[in-house]
Amino acid sequence: MKRKEAIKVVVDLLEKELVVHANGMICRESFTACDRMENFYMVGSMGLASSIGLGLAISLPHRKIIIFDGDGNVLMNLGSLTMIGDLLPKNLLHIVFDNEVYGSTGNQRTISGTIKLEEIAKSARYSRVEKVKEKDEFKNVIKDCLKCDGPIFILVKVSRESDEGIARVSHTTETIKRRFISAIKD
Amino acid sequence: MSKAEEFVCGLKEKGFNFFTGVPCTILKDIILLLESDPDTIYIPSVREDAAVGIAAGAYLSGKSPVVLMQNSGLGYSLNAIASLNLIYKIPTLIIVSWRGFEGKDAPEHLVMGKITPRLLETIGLPYIILTPDKIAKAIDEAVREMENKMIPVAILVRKGII
Repeated sequence: MKRKEAIKVVVDLLEKELVVHANGMICRESFTACDRMENFYMVGSMGLASSIGLGLAISLPHRKIIIFDGDGNVLMNLGSLTMIGDLLPKNLLHIVFDNEVYGSTGNQRTISGTIKLEEIAKSARYSRVEKVKEKDEFKNVIKDCLKCDGPIFILVKVSRESDEGIARVSHTTETIKRRFISAIKD
Repeated sequence: MSKAEEFVCGLKEKGFNFFTGVPCTILKDIILLLESDPDTIYIPSVREDAAVGIAAGAYLSGKSPVVLMQNSGLGYSLNAIASLNLIYKIPTLIIVSWRGFEGKDAPEHLVMGKITPRLLETIGLPYIILTPDKIAKAIDEAVREMENKMIPVAILVRKGII
């Protein structure tokens, strides 16, 4: 499954959930699939999407918070998984699109090919951990996980392909912030 | 009322209601108060940049966040401050303990201790050096700067002030 297909699977099922995006192609593919007010596109601060998501999840316990993360991002801030496991926010769904490379910088390998991120998530006390490869399987898992209490960790194995020349997020960072805050207030 | 109590009360009076960070001996009384305070939340973070990220999430949700850290953690946090807070205009109050002040400390604190104010100036963060007789004034000034510029502001805390 291509990452953009996996992203589309989730996006098609979303309603008012807040989604924090890891930097790089994840922002661009999600922006291209469906640009939503409820999307926070983190264009810098690599690694911190899960921390931002955790801050939101603790502060807004009645709102579903989804993190669109990447393997490079998770590996850069593994400590965040332990904080999520310490605090156990029920409203948090952590999805990691894992292509085993740093895709935005020329496909250099990450170490998620040898390190089992799903085992780390289990050790970090996520209430449910899934690892999926196929699109239909992912669709079923995500449908179920959107209804369940978390924190849930889904590792989605995706291919390295991405579209050449895919659009960057065209909003300014301040606009991204303003829209996101107004979506929270709605 | 101890200086730490005065400081925590001052922060709460100004509406700060979400605390996270990594400890330092200089900040231990403040963190102790925050952890036992039923009105607020203190999240122990594993790293200072993660704390900056969590605080950013809290800010987006409508909270007024504070990050506590030693100046050693400022190094870890620079990219988060530069490529998250400063470009999205996410204000956060950062309480930074100033180890290595005037070169009187353990060797690991001397380099960062010497450059702490310069580092903040270079990255463009306003800072206030806390003095024991002007705690409320320092918090007021930090809040004013954060509201005007919509960026993080640091309060530097030397040993023996709180």
